[in-house]
Amino acid sequence: MSKSITAKDLNVYYGDFLAVQEVNINIAPRSVTAFIGPSGCGKTTLLRSLNRMHEVLPGARVEGQLLLDDDNIYGPGVDPVTVRSMVGMVFQRPNPFPTMSIRENVLAGYKLNGSRMSKSQADDIVEDALRGANLWNEVKDRLGKPGSGLSGGQQQRLCIARTVAVKPEVILMDEPCSALDPISTLAIEDLISELQQEYTIAIVTHNMQQAARVSQKTAFFNIAGTGKPGKLIEYADTSTIFNNPSNQQTERYVSGQFG
Amino acid sequence: MTRSGASHPPVKPTDQSGRQEPATNPLTTSDSGGVMGDRVFSGVALLAGAAILVTLSFVAIFLSFNSVGAVYREEEGLILEQFLEYAYPLVVGTLIASLIALVLATPVAVGVALFVSHFAPPRLSKSIGYLIDLLAAIPSVVYGAWGMSFLGPALVPVYGWLHQNLGFIPLFAGAPSQTGRTIFTAGVVLGVMILPIITSVCREIFIQTPKLHEEAALALGATRWEMIMMAVFPFARAGIISGVMLGLGRALGETMAVALVLSPGLLSASLISSGNSTIPAEIALGFPEAPPGSERQAQLIAIGLVLFIITLIVNMTARWIVNRHKEFSGAN
Repeated sequence: MSKSITAKDLNVYYGDFLAVQEVNINIAPRSVTAFIGPSGCGKTTLLRSLNRMHEVLPGARVEGQLLLDDDNIYGPGVDPVTVRSMVGMVFQRPNPFPTMSIRENVLAGYKLNGSRMSKSQADDIVEDALRGANLWNEVKDRLGKPGSGLSGGQQQRLCIARTVAVKPEVILMDEPCSALDPISTLAIEDLISELQQEYTIAIVTHNMQQAARVSQKTAFFNIAGTGKPGKLIEYADTSTIFNNPSNQQTERYVSGQFG
Repeated sequence: MTRSGASHPPVKPTDQSGRQEPATNPLTTSDSGGVMGDRVFSGVALLAGAAILVTLSFVAIFLSFNSVGAVYREEEGLILEQFLEYAYPLVVGTLIASLIALVLATPVAVGVALFVSHFAPPRLSKSIGYLIDLLAAIPSVVYGAWGMSFLGPALVPVYGWLHQNLGFIPLFAGAPSQTGRTIFTAGVVLGVMILPIITSVCREIFIQTPKLHEEAALALGATRWEMIMMAVFPFARAGIISGVMLGLGRALGETMAVALVLSPGLLSASLISSGNSTIPAEIALGFPEAPPGSERQAQLIAIGLVLFIITLIVNMTARWIVNRHKEFSGAN
């Protein structure tokens, strides 16, 4: 498990509008890569293009190459459904399925594979996934209760458990803590460093301290102005980006002079 | 105090008169215009709510009062049994016709609504939406005429085939109608009539499915159909039910179309021979010939009361179904 992601000259469009221009990046397996940058610089767009989620919007398309290990995600005949089952995603706001119980939420993605499982197998999957998301002890007595009854932080960990249950190669996180309080944020950050041992993780964050805490590598994106495409300005080890950036824009951003 | 004065609460009462009213607490003064508007609005809302209750109770009282003649005869006392004998076939007929309409219309309506909300390209979906709404604008008497003169005759060969091949099922036993004016034809016409209302309710609900949940499903590797099963249908469940119930309400009460299409007769299990009748059709066909104040008129009013009660039960059941899974509705 756990594959690398490589983008080669990747352009992401919404219709005619070029949102992200010429991104070249290599995300190593079993690592955490943080995407930082001011609002509207295309980091979420890029993240969503990594598992073809941006295609949900009409007119969205991509040029260039995006490789999962050696396989082109945008190659001819590639089914986005397959891509998404290998590249999971955690969203900005916790979104457990409101009509499903906690248990059903965890199994939701797993059931999509159509594989039949006995009740004990299902129990194991639920327990593994919830343990993997550090949620088991909090919810083990109420697996039949609706997932929407949990607190925000618990819901977000439930969403991570749901993603982990599918055993993806890569997990994408789109500002997973922006709707959470500091304690829940800490829980998620701890979880991210544990998940890193098994998965490739890319995380978009507005919180620079968070990027510094959880990631090994950081990519800084910026735009020249409204209506201009977002670009990858600098991509390096997190410590380099925060302590000794080579680009002046990066330095100004991480030192809090703009954005 | 004037509006402008209140919308900018005086922090320091120094505007014109200096410190003349230091005792005035700015928190106790309020926007009198706003308060007035609030009162008027709540009064209007109360009135509107009360009007519904008053109308409803008047209808119920009128129906009950005038239907006494149907269940009570001075010489014989209570004749409930006679009335039930009269009402029972009509109730069953009404339910059969409505059920056929629902069974035919619901899947089509849900399918069309899904297509419009999740599959069709935006421009196409708009025009399909208008077309569906246009179906609702056709007067019921036109539907009736269409069912009587076109759909009925067109279904005659179908009835013949059903009788020949599936005649062992009681539903298709009995001599098939030669005019096609059967309870099944009436059901089909009703189905077309209730299609727009179910479709538009479903469409509205489907469109409102949170993007958040749709994307959650897609990100797990769901196909579009799986996404609909995981995110759209559970969210829309209550809405679909209320749409279907609205349709059922219309089908139960539809008069003109059924009166025109159906050649009424005695209750029979066969859907393809002439026979059966529905409550609204019975009332519409019988009322002009019933002398005012007669027992026949009372009978027709009483059967109307029965229809009223059935509709009430249908609506309450729908509500109950919708409420049963509140915990999982996503509202919390």
